Amino acid sequence: MSEKLIFEMGRPGRANGYFPNGRMADEFVPQAALRDTLPLPDNSELDVVRHFTRLSQKTFAIDTGFYPLGSCTMKYNPRINEAMAAQPGFKDLHPFAPDHLAQGALQVMYELERALSSIFGMAAFSLNPAAGAHAELTALLIAKAYFEKKGEGKQRTTVIVPDTAHGTNPASAAMVGYKVLSLKSDDRGRVSLDAIKAVVGADTAVCMMTNPNTLGLFEDQIDAIAAAVHAAGGLMYYDGANANALMGNARPGDMGFDLMHLNLHKTFSIPHGGGGAGHGPVGVAAPLVPFLPVPVVTRDAGGAYHLQHDGEDAIGTMRSFWSNFAHAVRALTYIYANGGDGLTRVSKLAVLNANYVRALVKEFLPTPYDEACRHEFVASAADLKRETGVKALDIAKALLDRGYHAPTIYFPLLVPECLMIEPTETESKETLDGFVAALREIVETARENPQAILDAPVTTIVGRIDETRAARQPDLRWVPDRESLV
Amino acid sequence: MYSPHTDSDIEAMLAVIGSPSLEDLVRVPDAVALRGPLEVPPGLPEIELGAKIAGYAKRNAAVGYTSFLGAGAYRHYCPPVVMSLAMRGEFLTAYTPYQAEVSQGYLQAIYEWQTYVCLLTGLDIANASVYDGATALAEGAIMAVNATGRRAVLVSSAVHPNYRAVLRTYARGLDLDVEELPVDANGATDFSNLEARLADKRFAAVIVQSPNFFGCINTPGEAARAAVRSTGTVSIGVVAEAMSLGVLATPASWGAQIAVGEAQSFGNPLAYGGPYVGFIAATKDHMRRIPGRLVGRSLDNRGNEAFTLTLQAREQHIRREKATSNICTNQAHCALVATIYLAAVGETGLRRAAVLNLERTNALAERVCAIDGYSRAFSTPVFNEVVIRVPAALGAGRVLAELERRSILGGVALDRWYPDLGDCILMNATELTTPEDIDVLCAALRDIVSVATESPAVHV
Repeated sequence: MSEKLIFEMGRPGRANGYFPNGRMADEFVPQAALRDTLPLPDNSELDVVRHFTRLSQKTFAIDTGFYPLGSCTMKYNPRINEAMAAQPGFKDLHPFAPDHLAQGALQVMYELERALSSIFGMAAFSLNPAAGAHAELTALLIAKAYFEKKGEGKQRTTVIVPDTAHGTNPASAAMVGYKVLSLKSDDRGRVSLDAIKAVVGADTAVCMMTNPNTLGLFEDQIDAIAAAVHAAGGLMYYDGANANALMGNARPGDMGFDLMHLNLHKTFSIPHGGGGAGHGPVGVAAPLVPFLPVPVVTRDAGGAYHLQHDGEDAIGTMRSFWSNFAHAVRALTYIYANGGDGLTRVSKLAVLNANYVRALVKEFLPTPYDEACRHEFVASAADLKRETGVKALDIAKALLDRGYHAPTIYFPLLVPECLMIEPTETESKETLDGFVAALREIVETARENPQAILDAPVTTIVGRIDETRAARQPDLRWVPDRESLV
Repeated sequence: MYSPHTDSDIEAMLAVIGSPSLEDLVRVPDAVALRGPLEVPPGLPEIELGAKIAGYAKRNAAVGYTSFLGAGAYRHYCPPVVMSLAMRGEFLTAYTPYQAEVSQGYLQAIYEWQTYVCLLTGLDIANASVYDGATALAEGAIMAVNATGRRAVLVSSAVHPNYRAVLRTYARGLDLDVEELPVDANGATDFSNLEARLADKRFAAVIVQSPNFFGCINTPGEAARAAVRSTGTVSIGVVAEAMSLGVLATPASWGAQIAVGEAQSFGNPLAYGGPYVGFIAATKDHMRRIPGRLVGRSLDNRGNEAFTLTLQAREQHIRREKATSNICTNQAHCALVATIYLAAVGETGLRRAAVLNLERTNALAERVCAIDGYSRAFSTPVFNEVVIRVPAALGAGRVLAELERRSILGGVALDRWYPDLGDCILMNATELTTPEDIDVLCAALRDIVSVATESPAVHV
């Protein structure tokens, strides 16, 4: 059942009584500077409520079901976080409020920064970047500024990115003008020390890695890899998308990483909100601290907090205002709810859940790299596809029919027909058992009656969507007259 | 916290895995193992946690002050219905709608957002949002660079200083030149020299903001637009206060091929600077260069209309280093808030709210300028901000400090970005600014002048 667009509803003049009817705009502004028409629909508040309530009901979310989307860490979003962020003292605070009248907010930022630095073994963090990819860009700008200061700016032109890396890594490198050198994983699904030694050199700027990697495997040669990159004068970057696997159990700083980012909307329970807003703090080792973006929050001897907007070597600023502050409140609330020991337990249970699902799934779907995983693992439908024609995509769609969100599929690229499963620590054994049973039933059905899976999904409000048509005949907005579309 | 595992669950699960302990599962090589405890205090039960965090919120005294702060972040009325809908768990806890069949609701909401941005800016297409106004500008500039192959951009000095700062940060990464267009005596961008500066076709884009940072409604005239067009330069229009689009001419109508800006004003709280919601709109010839997510309408295999993420060949997860941008996460939920806000207020409400901004700001300017020693720095018509010149003997810093002693945040001093405007304060009024607020401000300003006159060395 389709829901009308908001633009196809309502009647002109069906106004809600939010604002008084004031004077005329042309009393203040010359007519030529005013718009001719404002073609927005007028809807009653009740119709608006029903419209968006129905849209919400057509949206899968953590709150509606299990969401094992690999590398996205779809854990429960505690509601205390929302209540804390919504307090007037935070919500109504203007970014240009004087520091001495915003001490509580600055203290939140300061304490979050200190906690993250301790948890991940970095000298300092900046809360400036808005999301993970934004943080990668920030970190690479820091690296670039650092090498320029050392007089090696022209020489260091290459960023090394393993083939298991998130797509944002090479895309961020390109935005800083770096050449991307893609590194093949070895047959253990890891970056090998030999491969690193073969490519590092005087042109190496940064080696970007995530650990555990996107196969869910711990890079067990990481200290030697870091030493090799450092010996060549390069920097090590830690993509924190998978930080939920090691929070409180191991620290990127101890592994030799010089730069890193976190996705607070993954590891620290901030809601994803349908694709943002996120929050992507950047952490650095001591030599890189002067290059962090401004402003930074400082604490003076008297215990007062300040926003420091100047920094001689700072790369500049990355956004309109200081940070995605409301998310800093949520993340700090989560950290203080758990405490240090609680955070350690979070990652242990995340790893437990992933290994539990993996142990059950490998009975009926191959899991390449036969060893214990960390917070996520990959399974492959390649054999199933050869035998039955049922692909990873079809399994994903069949899971939707059974009330589960699909895993990440076709990523990482080096595993054919890949299903990347990350259960997170907030799911119960019963939920995991139910998911595994559904997956098992799908694989069994694929062998008996593949068409039943190839037809999936059938219970959803729409079927599979014609992506080619969407791209070839782009319809990206409503227009009053559909024929006028390009 | 938040994990449902009982001890017996953990035992049973470890048995299935065949692992002796949780510690065994997370073990890392000794060389990189964690040494010592984390410097994080012990966890708190929720009843204590709430009280602790509430304590921080209470130490932000600024929220109790009468405020005239604007400068890119605005206090507006948000009907309670907006957050009541946006905070539904289905919206709040969804991820990027990769699985379209179970995300039709959110996809439709984004499609509606894209449409609202197009209707407000007058342009053909819009994306699903970017981080904020400043990053929208930087991404817009990169679109122009990619469209023209030119490596420099020309930005008006009347564009928000933080936006220009972000543009320069991004430009450093890509080795782009950023040059500025000066501001004239009326607080407007000086276009008089534009034709000559564009003549060598060095600039990918000319970037102009209206209302500009001084609140002035300031769009390029016909000559400037002709110079931009004839040199193949991309015209980028910045709107840092989306509320202005409720009454002001669209960026498309003043020649913008790309419009970028900030839509925080549509229902999103101030929240000490974020998260906010940047938008990018463009003419359709820029469709394949626009960064970030795009939602399109297509058909499903049952012949029904259905929404999906589309044109993903532009994006990082497909193109990696050849993507149009590295953006992945955007500001979907903030854009949803804005969409619900616009749906609720509609044409009638948005127009009324915008007119109230004009009305209150003009009243503010009139009342303040009636006080001896205070005047408008620029005569150009404004939307909801105005630059007030204070008595030179006092200076902006002292006036603001004196206002603060009277529980008033009088605005933003401009000297940190514009040394020539040392006696100037940028003051904002919105539909939430009451006549009583203006009374209080004016009484204080009069008081400050008289105190200063009597005792020039008054302590601030």
